[in-house]
Amino acid sequence: MAKITMRQAITDALREEMKRDENVFIMGEEVGVWGGTYAVTRGFHEEFGEKRVRDTPIAEMVIGGAAAGAAMNGLRPVAEFMTINFAFLAFDAIVNHAAKVHYMFGGNIKCPVVFRAPGGGGRQLGATHSHTPDVIFAHFPGLKVVSPGSPADAKGLLKSAIRSDDPVLFIEHATLYQLRGEVPDDHDFLVPIGVSDVKREGSDVTIVAYAQGLSVAMDAAEQLAKEGIEAEVVDLRTLRPLDMGPVLDSFKKTFKAVVVEEGYRSYGIGAEIAARIQEEGFDYMDAPIKRVAQLEVPLPYSADLEQAALINAPRVIEAVKEIV
Amino acid sequence: MDKTILMDWYRQMVLIRRFEQRSAELYQQGKIGGFLHLYIGQEAVAVGSIAAKAEGDHVITAYRDHGHALAVGSDTKFVMAEMLGKATGVSKGKGGSMHLVDVDRHFWGGYAIVGGHLPLAAGIALAEQYKETSNAVLCYFGDGSTNIGYFHEALNLASVWNLPVVWIAENNQYGMGTSIERASAVSELITKASAYGMEGQRVNGMNVMEVYDSSKKALDRARSGLGPQFIEMITYRYEGHSMGDPLRYRSKDEVEKWREDDPIGVLERHLLQVLELDKDSLEAIDRKVEKEIDEAVIFAEESPLPAIEELFTDIYVEA
Repeated sequence: MAKITMRQAITDALREEMKRDENVFIMGEEVGVWGGTYAVTRGFHEEFGEKRVRDTPIAEMVIGGAAAGAAMNGLRPVAEFMTINFAFLAFDAIVNHAAKVHYMFGGNIKCPVVFRAPGGGGRQLGATHSHTPDVIFAHFPGLKVVSPGSPADAKGLLKSAIRSDDPVLFIEHATLYQLRGEVPDDHDFLVPIGVSDVKREGSDVTIVAYAQGLSVAMDAAEQLAKEGIEAEVVDLRTLRPLDMGPVLDSFKKTFKAVVVEEGYRSYGIGAEIAARIQEEGFDYMDAPIKRVAQLEVPLPYSADLEQAALINAPRVIEAVKEIV
Repeated sequence: MDKTILMDWYRQMVLIRRFEQRSAELYQQGKIGGFLHLYIGQEAVAVGSIAAKAEGDHVITAYRDHGHALAVGSDTKFVMAEMLGKATGVSKGKGGSMHLVDVDRHFWGGYAIVGGHLPLAAGIALAEQYKETSNAVLCYFGDGSTNIGYFHEALNLASVWNLPVVWIAENNQYGMGTSIERASAVSELITKASAYGMEGQRVNGMNVMEVYDSSKKALDRARSGLGPQFIEMITYRYEGHSMGDPLRYRSKDEVEKWREDDPIGVLERHLLQVLELDKDSLEAIDRKVEKEIDEAVIFAEESPLPAIEELFTDIYVEA
């Protein structure tokens, strides 16, 4: 086991899967000669050649649709959207084509495509380049939506996504690329899609989080521990299909929950988790479910203003203290 | 052109027309739901171009897809069963009229979002190029979809990557009720293809023999590595865009004028006058087709509806 960054973990997953299966290839804006806008595919163009590492025009509609079509006809494309903000342009290709063909054609067509997309706020990129729209994509049956919060999960989940026969949207929070963690070297190390994971045990409150929210939640949990409050942190890892098992198991132990997400609070992940808890764990509820999420504003450029709108450990701690 | 081949094209075109006429009746009886887009008037385009394809070539089209399904040779019974939403339908009753499919015959389906399948066609062609086969893709779309972003992105990518796609614009003069002159900056669609470095052919889409020749030429060029090809088939739909179209946007005279060039009539005249076929042989084909349609309707009507459990199958390959 080596301690590597999430960027390296994603790079390793891509390289290993490309070596394992020659039908796996990469396409997207600046993935080749440039080496990837976030340097995830640096060196791939030289290593695998132009056929398997394909630079595309800046044209998200056809990146989404052509990747889906290639997948339907037997390949395993990993299509990269430079950022998830640009995937809005490919929304129809993703949710109305990739996510529909299997069901709509009675199981006759498979679409084993992976869409990778970095996203998230906190980098002073302004309102249009800072979205965390994960929940919008997770709304649709037919698509699997994954967003890892640790390097090991990033590697294991991306490998599972590439091997999956279903379309997967793989969302990488751009501020996590430098996050370091232990990652197994095993080339068949897989993390199953659709399985939530307890990242920290505790008995006083359940904090449900994922992606960058997981880092915030873990930070808050460590600070709370110093004050004698032991939080259990459950990492969703996959938003669809959603695995409520570990969340409910934890809640039945702590009777209280805080949901942390970087996206907006309205109609968000927290709303869904809170609804599920009251539907499936009503008898265990000791307090209202709290939600910590992005404030309802377009993200501004100026650093302090932007940070004020985003989630952070103090806001999680405050929410926990309101119910514990 | 060989007489037997032309007679088979005649059979296919009559089959499509009778299928569409019967579908319209079934729609009016409430047995077909949703939208129903009839291919009447355009039969020569699907029949002539699909006749030019090699076995491994692919077909993908928009929502006016019944003609393409029948032309690739899908069983009329299973296609009709899909129209009626039955478990025996080509998409198990989950797709309906706009989403027919037959992957065994390399027919990737009808797609109901205007332009949405053009990138899929590019991707299907990319997979063939990647696997180093000589298969090409026939991708059909209406004139209306040449104004949407998907069209431009897909044609551009296909040229940049030299993909073996034959883009077939079925120019039936109207995108729903808006004429091409009112919707497109240029009314000759091959002009748009030239912007992406493609040579285009502008073809009389009411003449199945001309459709075949142009398609064959384009497919040969695409499969030999000359990159994507573009054909504008000039054609016309006699019926409305969908059922319940008020047809306020065109005159009856206009429709009647196009009927003089009816694709079935054009081929019939060729068979009778040029090849001196006797009328009885064509009537025998007509009767055979009527029987096939009758049997398909009976099969579809007697087929079971999908079981309610089917609601939750095929959402994912892996649960």
